[in-house]
Amino acid sequence: MTNRYFPHTPEDVREMLGVIGVGDIEDLFASIPAESRLESLPAVPGPLGEYELGRRLEGLAATAGGDWSVFLGAGSQEHHIPALVPALSGRSEFLTSYTPYQPEISQGTLQAVFEFQTLIARLTGLPVANASLYDGATALAEAALMARRVTGRRRLLVSSLVHPHWREVLATYLAPDPEAEVTLLPPGPDGLTALADTGVGEAAALIIQSPNFFGAVEDVARAAEIAHAAGALLLVGFSEPFALGVLKSPGSLGADIAFGEGQSLGLPQSFGGPGLGLLSSRQEFVRQIPGRLVGEAKDLEGKRGFVLTLATREQHIRRSKAVSNICTNAGHSALTAAIFMAAAGGSGFRQLAQANHDLAEYLKSGLLAAGFTPLGGGKAPVTFNEFVLRAPAGFSARHAELCRRKILAGLALSPYYPALSDAWLFGVTETKSREDIDQLLREVKA
Amino acid sequence: MKALQELDIPAGLRYAPGHEWIATGEPWRVGISDFAQDQLGDLTFVELPEIGRVVKLGEEIGTLESIKSVSSLFSPVGGKVRAVNPNLQDDPGLVNREPYGRGWLVEVVPADPEELTGLRDDKAYREYLKKESHG
Amino acid sequence: MNQDQGESRPATRWLSEPLLWERGRKGRSGLSVPTTGVPVAPIPAGAAGEGPDWPDLGELEVVRHYTRLSTWNFGVDSGMYPLGSCTMKYNPKINERLAGLPGFSGAHPLLPETAAAGALQLIYELEQWLAAIVGLAAASLQPAAGAHGELCGMLMIAKYHRERGGTRRKVLVPDSAHGTNPASAAMCGFSEVKVPLGADGRLDPKVVAGLLDSETAGIMITNPNTLGLFESSLPEISRLVHAAGGLVYADGANLNAIMGRVDMTRMGVDVMHINLHKSMSTPHGGGGPGSGPVAAGKTLEPYLPGPRVGYQDGRYFWRRDLPHSIGRLHAFHGQFAVAVRAYSYLLALGGEGIKDASGYAVLNANYLKEKLKAAYDLPYDETCMHECVLTNAKQRGDKIATLDIAKRLIDLGYHPPTIYFPLVVESAIMSEPTESEAKEDLDAVVETMRQIASEAKSNPDLLHAAPVTTKVRRLDETSAARKPKLTGDM
Repeated sequence: MTNRYFPHTPEDVREMLGVIGVGDIEDLFASIPAESRLESLPAVPGPLGEYELGRRLEGLAATAGGDWSVFLGAGSQEHHIPALVPALSGRSEFLTSYTPYQPEISQGTLQAVFEFQTLIARLTGLPVANASLYDGATALAEAALMARRVTGRRRLLVSSLVHPHWREVLATYLAPDPEAEVTLLPPGPDGLTALADTGVGEAAALIIQSPNFFGAVEDVARAAEIAHAAGALLLVGFSEPFALGVLKSPGSLGADIAFGEGQSLGLPQSFGGPGLGLLSSRQEFVRQIPGRLVGEAKDLEGKRGFVLTLATREQHIRRSKAVSNICTNAGHSALTAAIFMAAAGGSGFRQLAQANHDLAEYLKSGLLAAGFTPLGGGKAPVTFNEFVLRAPAGFSARHAELCRRKILAGLALSPYYPALSDAWLFGVTETKSREDIDQLLREVKA
Repeated sequence: MKALQELDIPAGLRYAPGHEWIATGEPWRVGISDFAQDQLGDLTFVELPEIGRVVKLGEEIGTLESIKSVSSLFSPVGGKVRAVNPNLQDDPGLVNREPYGRGWLVEVVPADPEELTGLRDDKAYREYLKKESHG
Repeated sequence: MNQDQGESRPATRWLSEPLLWERGRKGRSGLSVPTTGVPVAPIPAGAAGEGPDWPDLGELEVVRHYTRLSTWNFGVDSGMYPLGSCTMKYNPKINERLAGLPGFSGAHPLLPETAAAGALQLIYELEQWLAAIVGLAAASLQPAAGAHGELCGMLMIAKYHRERGGTRRKVLVPDSAHGTNPASAAMCGFSEVKVPLGADGRLDPKVVAGLLDSETAGIMITNPNTLGLFESSLPEISRLVHAAGGLVYADGANLNAIMGRVDMTRMGVDVMHINLHKSMSTPHGGGGPGSGPVAAGKTLEPYLPGPRVGYQDGRYFWRRDLPHSIGRLHAFHGQFAVAVRAYSYLLALGGEGIKDASGYAVLNANYLKEKLKAAYDLPYDETCMHECVLTNAKQRGDKIATLDIAKRLIDLGYHPPTIYFPLVVESAIMSEPTESEAKEDLDAVVETMRQIASEAKSNPDLLHAAPVTTKVRRLDETSAARKPKLTGDM
């Protein structure tokens, strides 16, 4: 059968089989016992020509939800992606290459990842960052396992205001370990983690997210004091890296390991994946960092180049004793994020972050004026571009009504935090204009 | 890779099956043989035990890394770790350059020096390598 | 290196390009910041920070930077990329366009399920198709890469045993396995029991039987294995493992040889992963993101990660009623945009085309093997599957290492094969041409490999010095590892 993806003509096949010395392609499969074979062709429709293929997927895309107006982050952010970002990251020399095991013909990827590591280290205020992990959730899990290796302790204290899905992934990773103990720190009345000096005990790590799932900026410095006083590490996560454009970095506040989701940095939301897992840490933990690391090297003429390095941590060398099983990471997402960060620059990123904050505060004050109230009833915590408010009676029905018009006006927190039956999470980014927000506020009041 | 006859195997040391050597008296230094360093290639990192650790014969007490391999270091004798070579952190290549000299790894004071008699001397070790290479 | 080699170096002029922070000037920006029209809301003093100290570059500076970097890379689109066990096949352009459709790329993962029906349908159908291609009952797209799929499968096996009150701690892993296998097993608390390969390069059921006991949780098998050979005894091995109370994990890294041809259920496989970035044509992206869906048979289906997509009465929905599920493995629903590409690929092929793809992949590998075996040592001389493993044994006498052969290939326009893997073959050269390559392209690489074999005798320094045509020459990895420099200077 001819197909555009197979260059083989019947004549090619005949000649090749002649060289091999068999009569038919099927003869090459003789080592598969009859009892092991599929009895019929797999039930996959097609083949479709390229035009039909486009039609079919365009049909699905039309109902996939990308046309909704969403006032929400919750770990997936709608940011503007400048045209240069996909134009450059989509270059096939980047896109269709493998992991840079052959450094001489992978200097493009390697230099870009070296730059990425540097930019992420600067963003998080920690000296070393890896070449990426799958997403924010798995970055949390890997960071927690790393903290256990560094400290030799097993117990983890985890804020319940770390993204609920990320905590679920952590629990999945820890399930086989009978000694894994996770103590959840409850949310305080104001939407911040209830940090207490007691209870850290023999923990490997205190794990918080800031801004947390409620959008609130945690007291990271105090968390660091508490963790370090007990000999534990402080792990600080984030799902919105834009926040670090205007807030203090985790490293500058005492975090030992930072982990996060980097999708905001030039990657489309794509129904939640692929994302970009970020991890950075203090220098002395470098041999416990999971995943690939790119380092500077000299070639035999003394010219600067880059290589994958410290590979003895990894599965292909250390096998069952590796610090992680990760192999393929999110390399192209990291490249894309690096291009975005390069385009934004420190100055542009700071301005973009401020715009996000301004718009979010505008939405927040509008909702407060519309009868929403702060979670604690009193002074609201500092937030970045997401926040939680209690809704007035009748908002649920209004929310459902707006959904019928493809507007997602916040996320009900009750499925995640049953005690918070009337609390909603909202978020806006620079992709929403003042008019969009005014329109939403009118709809909410209607 | 060095040929068998190119290998330096000094007399006066005892050799363990994992290609570690140990001196037969004070200061009870332990290292890896010329054969071992040649097999491993240029070392990039050496992880050594805590001073004061009590170890059994054959217990893993460290790791030796090159760019593309990691191998375990086993104690050739039971006893107590008295010292580790402080210069290897900065210059792990010492192990390659002077495996029996400045590239020593640890000092293990034997609990029972008699245990050393179970290890090979230089001649037996060379024989062992010869057999291994033909095995 | 002496002057002579320097002079023989082709006159390739590589545009130099500094590191990002070695160019630019404070105050530039490569993107536009919107005017919001709302009041500025200062961050309270206690929380406010300086923002990251990144360089400021103009738009064209950024464009040139990454365009130049890209020219120092080599992709499937640049030339043949015969990496074994990596399946570097053509990544169709249409897949990129379709994954970028705004309906998909702009979809928020927490949309109500009715709002994202098209996305749920795509996930549901792709899971069905992947399960059908390997003959298993069901699949989940949550795992984000091959190793993540392995972790998923082993977590499922661990939970299965936990629910039965078991404390089975051992997992059998052949010594030809990828390092991810023992590493994934270890993350689930299992200890590795190594299984030596038989003389024919395959697992011997008798050897496996001798390693099984009441502590055995299961076995991890790559089939075809990393020597490119089909593990014909897998049905028997599975029966033995099941009789001992263990389960069978199949590593699908090499699925490209047997798509739509092998019934994993009949082979006794309980769970396996599939690399969409290998067999299903999605781009490797210089190291990811990939996608490693897991397919399971009836025994382990209840343990698949959740939530899962259900379908009833014309409606797609999230199923959260999964009491045995290992739970969530990904922040949202897996690598959705990768799944779109795989979905597009499978539709372009259809059921028969999928089977044909494997046929041509195996044809290409055997053709390459036959044409190369005179010039290079072939330790297992028999019909191979999607890849063949050669060695440098015939060149060793001339002091030519496998690495030298690989680096010379670079100078002659190819990406090298996988080298020094599998570990069970000394100085292996593992080549997987995939079905994408045309006969004349295979003939050309064969000619090149033969040329290298003759150069190994006539001009070995050419190989030792290679590559000389690249942006950089061989790099000093030892010094890089001894004093790691992982970030640029502030």
